[in-house]
Parts: sequence; C-alpha cells; structure tokens
Amino acid sequence: MTNEPAQRSLMYTDTAVRLFALAAVVWGVVGMLVGVIIAAQLTWPELNFGIPWLSYGRLRPLHTNAVIFAFGGCALFATSYHVVQRTGQTRLFAPGLALFTFWGWQAVIVAAAITLPLGITQAKEYAELEWPIDILIAVVWVAYAVVFFGTIGIRKVRHIYVANWFFGAFILTVALLHIVNSAAMPVSLWKSYSAYAGVQDAMVQWWYGHNAVGFFLTAGFLGMMYYYIPKQAERPVYSYRLSIVHFWALIFTYMWAGPHHLHYTALPDWAQSVGMVFSLVLLAPSWGGMINGVMTLSGAWHKLRDDPILKFLIVSLSFYGMSTFEGPMMSIKTVNALSHYTDWTIGHVHSGALGWVGLVSMGCLYHLIPRMFGRTAMHSVRAIELHFWIATIGIVLYIAAMWIAGVMQGLMWRAVNPDGTLVYSFVESVKATFPFYVVRLLGGVLYLTGMLVMAWNVVMTVRSGQARPIAIPPLAGVPA
Amino acid sequence: MDILYLLIPLSVLLMLLVIGVFGWALHRGQFDDLDDEGLRILRQDDERSANFDMDQLSLRRGPEQSPPTNRLVSGGVARDDQ
Repeated sequence: MTNEPAQRSLMYTDTAVRLFALAAVVWGVVGMLVGVIIAAQLTWPELNFGIPWLSYGRLRPLHTNAVIFAFGGCALFATSYHVVQRTGQTRLFAPGLALFTFWGWQAVIVAAAITLPLGITQAKEYAELEWPIDILIAVVWVAYAVVFFGTIGIRKVRHIYVANWFFGAFILTVALLHIVNSAAMPVSLWKSYSAYAGVQDAMVQWWYGHNAVGFFLTAGFLGMMYYYIPKQAERPVYSYRLSIVHFWALIFTYMWAGPHHLHYTALPDWAQSVGMVFSLVLLAPSWGGMINGVMTLSGAWHKLRDDPILKFLIVSLSFYGMSTFEGPMMSIKTVNALSHYTDWTIGHVHSGALGWVGLVSMGCLYHLIPRMFGRTAMHSVRAIELHFWIATIGIVLYIAAMWIAGVMQGLMWRAVNPDGTLVYSFVESVKATFPFYVVRLLGGVLYLTGMLVMAWNVVMTVRSGQARPIAIPPLAGVPA
Repeated sequence: MDILYLLIPLSVLLMLLVIGVFGWALHRGQFDDLDDEGLRILRQDDERSANFDMDQLSLRRGPEQSPPTNRLVSGGVARDDQ
C-alpha cells in the first residue's frame, strides 16, 4: 500500500475481497469434509464412534452452517465487495468496516464450529446458533449493509449495475429474516427459547428458511452470475432489460413460498396452498434469469469448449434451472405427499447447493482470485478443467442416488395391503436405501476432491502472485 | 395463526418499500438507457484484458449503434437532470 493519501484514493480497496475469497476456499474444504463425514455416518452409523461431539445430529448443522454461511457467505462478501467497487468505479465506503465484517464473520464461523458439536443449538434449521452468536451476526450484517450501500452512495457511475440490485436485496432481506426469526428469550448464556411457539414458530422458521434459500442462496449468487459471466465470456449479458425484469419479478414474488415446507402439518390448509401457488409462480422469473445467463454465450458457444471457468458458470446455471423447476413441482401438494420427509428433498437441495451455489461460486472465485493477486489466470487451467469434471460427476452421482432413494422411500411408506396395514416397516425402507447412501457418499467424496484440487490451485496462484493495489481506471468519456 | 398479524404487515411494508425503491430507480433514470449498461462493465477493465474486441460486440447489436455515452456523476451524487 502506498503512503500517499491522494494516491490511495485512486486505488480500489481489495484487502477484504482477498481475505474473503481465500476464506471461502478454506471453509469450502472444511464444510464439504464435514458433509462427507455425515454422509458416511448415514451409511455406517458406527462411524460416530460413540462420541457425542461427532454424532450426526450435531455434525449435520455444522455441515449446513459451514457450507452455506462460511463457504457461501465468504464468497458473497468477496464478490459483492469486488463488484460494487468495479461497477461503481469507486473504492469501498469505510474499508476499515469492511475488514471488521471479515473478522466478525470469521468469529461467527469459529463460534459455530465450537458450539454446534457441543450440542448448543436453538434447534431451528439453518438458524441453529444461540443468541450471543445471533447478536454478533446482526452486528456484522449491519456493518456489511453500511459498507455496501455506502459504496453505492459514493459510486462514480450513475447507473447501478444489475448485480448490485441483487446483492442489495440479499443484504437487506437477510437482515430482516435473521432478526425476526432469531428473536428469543435468553435464560442463560448458551440457552434461549424462541419468541414464538408451536405452529407459529414453524411458520416463522420456514418464512425465514425458504427466504434464506431465496435471498441468501439465490439473489446473492445471481448477483455474482450477472457480473462474472459477462466478464468471463467478455460479452454483455444477453438481455440487460430481461435482467432488470428478472430482478423485480423475483423480489415481488419470493416472500411467500415458505409454507411449502409445511405441507400436511398443523399449518392451516389455505396457508399451505398459498405457499404452493407462490412457489409455482417463481418458476417464471427463475427460468427467465437462467435463460438470460446461458444465452449470454449466444454466438460464442465455442468459448465453452476451451474455458473451464465458463463451464463452471454455465453448468451452474443449468443446475439452477433444474432445481428451480424441481422445487415448484415438489411444492405441489400431491407431489409433496410423495416427496416429503424422503431423501428426494436432500437430492433437490444438493442439486441447488452443489450444482448452482457451489459451481457458480467456484467459477467466480477462479475468475476473481488470480486478478486479486496480480495475475491474469490461475496457476493451472488444466486443474480447473479437472475440478469441473470431478465436481460435475460427483453432483450427478449424488442427486441421482437421492432421487431414486427418495421416490423409493415415498412409495414404500405409502404402500398398503388390502386390509389397510402397511406393506413395509420403516426399517425396511432404511435397509433398501443403503446402496444409494453408498453412491451418495461416493458423489460427496468426488465433490470434496474437486474442492481440494481448487485449494491446491489457489495456493499455487497466490504464492506466485502479489497483492498489489489496483488503480481505479479513469472514467471514460467525460472528464471526471 | 396469530403469527400472520406479524408476517403479513411485515411483507406489506416490505412490498411498499420495494415499490418505493422501484419508483426511485425509475424517476432517477436508472432504466432510461438499458442498451448500453450491459456493455459498460466490459469497458472498465482494470485487468487490461487484451483479447476484448469492441467491434465484435457492436456487431451483435447492429451497425447503426452509436458510440455509447457514459453518463457520469461527479462527487458521487446521482442526478437525473444532467
């Protein structure tokens, strides 16, 4: 860093971007490793070795928190701080606060990694962390909002690029969801009770849970998609108009899909149906966005053959299209009667998580990391290609195994004899699932292997690179 | 379902906020010139990517395309009356 303040104001502030990008890779390896461990435990339950801290019930929230909030979260922080500076042609507003969000977010992750295996949990899915950690999350998130929207405020380009709209909606909505859903009455430092009870709590939980999917795992990553696909393909997005329509349509229709997680429960029937209808409506904006992203390559499809980063990005969009088709279908109550509580749900989640969120993050990080370390490309492009194929085969094995297992479980559970008794006991369906659990584990191991290849590639890239400050290019056209 | 007395007003408020922000964006001219905005991010390349070809891009949009005008703000305040 240069010492001259005047010089410095002409430079982007990328320290937080670099830190978050590297942290995303580290937490990706950790989170996926925990995923592989619990997949092995489901196959061979003895693998918890009778140690409470390693039991499935405690490691499973560790896995989900690590991959969603640590891996996905760090990737979102890194890319949003990068994109908002580049598209606004300005430095970050309050770079010190941006560094605070980095260390604060790492503290949240470490606290989660300690408390969850100890069994300290609020027992709300994807919101397990106890109240002191929840407060830290809220503080970090407010700081994130200040940095992001402050940077929008000091932008030098009048138009706010569409990616920033997605990032902005993600930041605001997650703040609201987190604060409402985590409202709790503490009874001690590590124990609290939810402010809501019974079916009310379930409704708030899935209002949070599904909107977390919609805004954390979708809107944020669509922001990444709308910047990094055009950059990597060196072509503008297929239809910029459609991207604007995509954003507003998604924002207006997302909020009420949550009740589809509570089909055939104590939730009133009409609320379940509302959730189903809103979920079906979501198919339209989701596919609009997916087609827009994929068609960016229109007229330049050959790039897909040579550029493994584009393969990551475009294949991630096809998984996005697949899971946003599958999701609305599963929200239809008659389909849900078969799929609910089966491994089909796990397959659906992972086609979105491994296929969409995972691949798009990896693609964006492969684009971003070398540029943050003064290089034009990763250390090994062939390793990116290798990673792509290992990961894709892993995903296909994983989701195909879970689809078959899920439909099989659903059919076995509902099979009745002519006299009205069940054909199969529950444990028979567990036994029948065993081979699919083995295949799922294999898929997970492949996906983790790909992530390890990425980690090696990133280490080699960073070691031979240099974290030099990057100058803000002069504004084209009009003298600034 | 008392919880709906919290969740429904909350989503109505949120919708009003979204409509408000949409109105702001509309009146600030954020959507006035959508043809060029997709291209802008490709021009501000801080990595000096060598193989980027502007002519190739404008071909897709037709030859009559005038050079895109950058509408910029100084001092960071976005104005629509420039």
